[in-house]
Amino acid sequence: MDYLPHTETDVREMLAAIGVRSVDDLFADIGPELAPKSFDLPAGRSEMEVRSFLRELSGRNATSLVPFVGGGFYDHYIPAAVDALASRAEFVTAYTPYQPECAQGTLQAMYEYQSAICVLTGMDVSNASLYDGGTALYEAAMMAARITGRQRIVMDSGVSPIYRTILHTYTRNLSLEFEEVEPTNGQSDRAKLFAKLDDRTAAVILQNPNFFGSVDDHADIVAEAHRRGILVIQSVYPLALGLLKTPGETGVDIATGEGQSLGLPLSFGGPYLGFMAVRREHMRRMPGRIVGETVDRNGTRCYVLTLQAREQHIRREKATSNICSNEALCALRAVIYLSLMGKQGLVDLAKLVRDKAEFAKDVIGRLPGVRVDRDLPTFNEFTVILPCPADEVVGRMIRKGFVAGFPLGRYYKGMEHGLLVAVTEKRTREEIVKFAHSLEAVLCA
Amino acid sequence: MSAPAGLRYAASHEWAKLDGVRVRVGITAFAVAEIKDVVFVDLPAAGTAVKAGKSFGAIETVKAAFDLYAPVSGTIRAVNAALAASPETVTKDPYGEGWMIEIEPAGSDAAAKEWGVLLDEPAYAAHCATQKH
Amino acid sequence: MRLIFERSMEGRRGVALPRPDTPAAPPLDGRWRRAVPAALPEVSELDVVRHYTRLSQENFSVDTNFYPLGSCTMKYNPKFTEAVAGLEGFRDLHPLLPQLEQGCLLTQGALEVIHSLEALLCEITGMKAFTCQPMAGAHGELTGIMLVAAYHRARGHRRTHVIVPDSSHGTNPSSAAIAGYETRTIPTDARGVMDTAKFREALNDQTAAVMLTCPNTLGIFESQIAEIARIAHERDALMYCDGANMNAIIGRVRPGDIGFDIVHLNLHKTLATPHGGGGPGAGPVGVNAKLEPFLPISRVIRRKDGSFFLDYDRPDTIGYIAPFYGNFGILLRAYAYLLLLGREGLAKVSEHAVLNANYIRVKLRDVFEFPFDRPCMHECVASASRQAARGVQAIDIAKALIDRGFHPPTVYFPLIVKEAMMIEPTETESRETLDAFVAAMREIAGLAEKDPDRVRHAPETTRICRSDETKAAREPKLRWIPEGS
Repeated sequence: MDYLPHTETDVREMLAAIGVRSVDDLFADIGPELAPKSFDLPAGRSEMEVRSFLRELSGRNATSLVPFVGGGFYDHYIPAAVDALASRAEFVTAYTPYQPECAQGTLQAMYEYQSAICVLTGMDVSNASLYDGGTALYEAAMMAARITGRQRIVMDSGVSPIYRTILHTYTRNLSLEFEEVEPTNGQSDRAKLFAKLDDRTAAVILQNPNFFGSVDDHADIVAEAHRRGILVIQSVYPLALGLLKTPGETGVDIATGEGQSLGLPLSFGGPYLGFMAVRREHMRRMPGRIVGETVDRNGTRCYVLTLQAREQHIRREKATSNICSNEALCALRAVIYLSLMGKQGLVDLAKLVRDKAEFAKDVIGRLPGVRVDRDLPTFNEFTVILPCPADEVVGRMIRKGFVAGFPLGRYYKGMEHGLLVAVTEKRTREEIVKFAHSLEAVLCA
Repeated sequence: MSAPAGLRYAASHEWAKLDGVRVRVGITAFAVAEIKDVVFVDLPAAGTAVKAGKSFGAIETVKAAFDLYAPVSGTIRAVNAALAASPETVTKDPYGEGWMIEIEPAGSDAAAKEWGVLLDEPAYAAHCATQKH
Repeated sequence: MRLIFERSMEGRRGVALPRPDTPAAPPLDGRWRRAVPAALPEVSELDVVRHYTRLSQENFSVDTNFYPLGSCTMKYNPKFTEAVAGLEGFRDLHPLLPQLEQGCLLTQGALEVIHSLEALLCEITGMKAFTCQPMAGAHGELTGIMLVAAYHRARGHRRTHVIVPDSSHGTNPSSAAIAGYETRTIPTDARGVMDTAKFREALNDQTAAVMLTCPNTLGIFESQIAEIARIAHERDALMYCDGANMNAIIGRVRPGDIGFDIVHLNLHKTLATPHGGGGPGAGPVGVNAKLEPFLPISRVIRRKDGSFFLDYDRPDTIGYIAPFYGNFGILLRAYAYLLLLGREGLAKVSEHAVLNANYIRVKLRDVFEFPFDRPCMHECVASASRQAARGVQAIDIAKALIDRGFHPPTVYFPLIVKEAMMIEPTETESRETLDAFVAAMREIAGLAEKDPDRVRHAPETTRICRSDETKAAREPKLRWIPEGS
């Protein structure tokens, strides 16, 4: 199947209008020596055949296992209205809204998304999305370096290891330096962190809840950092903000995070949604597209892309970032999700998720040989210390129909017995109880 | 909009005025003619070090951004705070209220050299004549 | 139109949560909690549905309007590719699964999609290996430049700059800057290609790479490419192909065959994945053998028995440029598109894309200035200079097109053409649509002569007309503020 409407007559007449004999004449600039050495692709097929093939491939992925795995990406329920609205062709097949008269739909939706991120995080200004939580964190680090003119970043290693590797990769060719500080007892170690701060430090990067699932209040770190002219970047889990102290209340300068939990399917790694929200004074240093409110010539309120002079298409090598495409359709899903949830819905969801996680912590913590720190505050995810390597346990639990969690030893040396277990509103009491029983059986084997 | 006497100029269209120990800096009428609808003037904080010929900030319109280049090296001692609220002052009164920063030059020898390299009024006028708008 | 926040009524909700089936836990201590709930909208599901449905109706989109945006390749997005992206076996797959012990066995289907797509992209571009991790074209460019840096570092070279033509897209120099390189810009000559003599002068032993879009942003094929590549390779400078314009040459030329060492593709352009109002996209990067060791990890490898696994053991890798394997949902759509079109379909894409652009060019060249009056490839660049002499600028023509139901072409890019209008019809448009567009443009040109004020006053039929962008930039209002804040 191709999507080419021209008939042979069309082609013939158009060629005549152009004044050439064949389509090949239009490629005359390309000498025969530049012809492809091969173009050995399979023949095209019908929808029916491709669907059958891809359905078979999709069947070779295990989605029937009950997931207790998170690591920043969670199996939440997506209300049907999110899919229905976000799949409207006028949203899906529109382009970047450079012509405001043709794009008030996208522009207003993005303005609403920016507003939603601000009320969620308690920050002043949000952009219209970045690729994902990891590249958003990188952009935040770069922003801090630009604002302070300093090159050193201190990172709590409770920040997602997935994100930390991205930061290292991206900054390899730049003069940014990183210093990592290990948490103690699951939370940010203040003494160690403060000892690393100096007058070459641009920012401290923290995460809440951190990768181990622990909740914290970073206000004291913010106070100390600000005392020294150092900015604070906090990576957060958006659904947790239905309950937890916000980056805004904590006083941080830049909040970033992954918006996948806001109505985006897991989709094996993407597309995802990086959000970034900042204090008002940092607004002009923020990368990415931003939508602003204005009026048209008749005084009617409308929305436009604004502060574009920071961006690559104008500033080129001096741009705040090279970002061009963002995750607009994902941001749309997020604002629809948050609108459906609403003020009270998000509070109730956060409570439900935490209650289930606490229940899971309780039943798992009582299993023989298993340790869970009951004093450490957590939200939807927590660390379980098993009596044997977590890798093996996960392997055996798969055979019992569960993805038991994420083995922390993959990223943290010395934590080979550590398992990161995540719970969402989709996990029923039955599933949790059965999970605990299966785990017990696996551990005793 | 005619320039007061005694100014010196950079080829990148900044003017410089020696005021005691400090050098006050802005952009010229020639530069301003290029710029419609200033929306923001991006200036660094007082205390920032600048180098002759290097960018210290930018002037932004909706569709474009123009770099501002320091005519001499030194430390910024004053920044025109009025431009934050009224960036269009730069286009209305580029030599007066539209001034941007004041630089305290580094050392006397280097400063004298840098000052000497700047264009005087006739040389700048000649330079502008060769530039197409 | 009101904001969704402005439709709030206290107590309304749009979602019913499952009933709690576990005990309520003791509440979290106050010091960890937020003081008040987020001031999200309080609306019913119907409110949300009506709001966003009506908002969508304010957009132009490929599904409703001709969208000849140059450099964007706004071709038809097949509905089938959306449908397969919804297959649960792909949609609900957690990305950490393959990182578990034996975890690759849980995701063989998804790994095969990535592996097969990479193989197809290699064949299409003449490259040896691809990475699908970059989540957008600009991300692909940055990845490509990081590969360049890794290559030179491994050889102990000290390279300082990247060369681009002045017609390049802004993402080229900005990506180079992030990788620590300066940019040297070469002018375009009278024929519309990069000035080879000036290029020769600028190239030296400190050049890391040359970034070219091919065909370039004027829609013209850089015919000196073999010569340019030869000169660059003599100094071991790498040749980077910005594949944004791949739609013009697919099946006719492969960047890997003509001297490029690296190429990135924009799947949301050439491979018809939808633009989504600005994203998500995907920007896979292909390389030849000498750059393969530096590709980001993980890589999907196929064993002899046909099964797939993730390889992290690549000592020269630049590292991780994405959290996982790329925008998998987008990769899947692109893969489906390639399976549908196949060899013949893809070869016809470039033929019809180029045919359509030239057809528009010849139908408009008597009323609009075409600065490079020669056959173009998949896009043509006109200048509104004739009309500007009457006081009608490219932006006015753009607005007048909106009144006539067409999304305007790209305006004011490339920067080297005054009052530029870059028109890319793509291959999926019928002759009737092209004729209608030509008629509208001719009508506007005529109006520019007879009644320029009318054109300057466009658009007149849209709800919003000529938004005040200066005000938006001077007095930034970037969010809704809750009452009492």
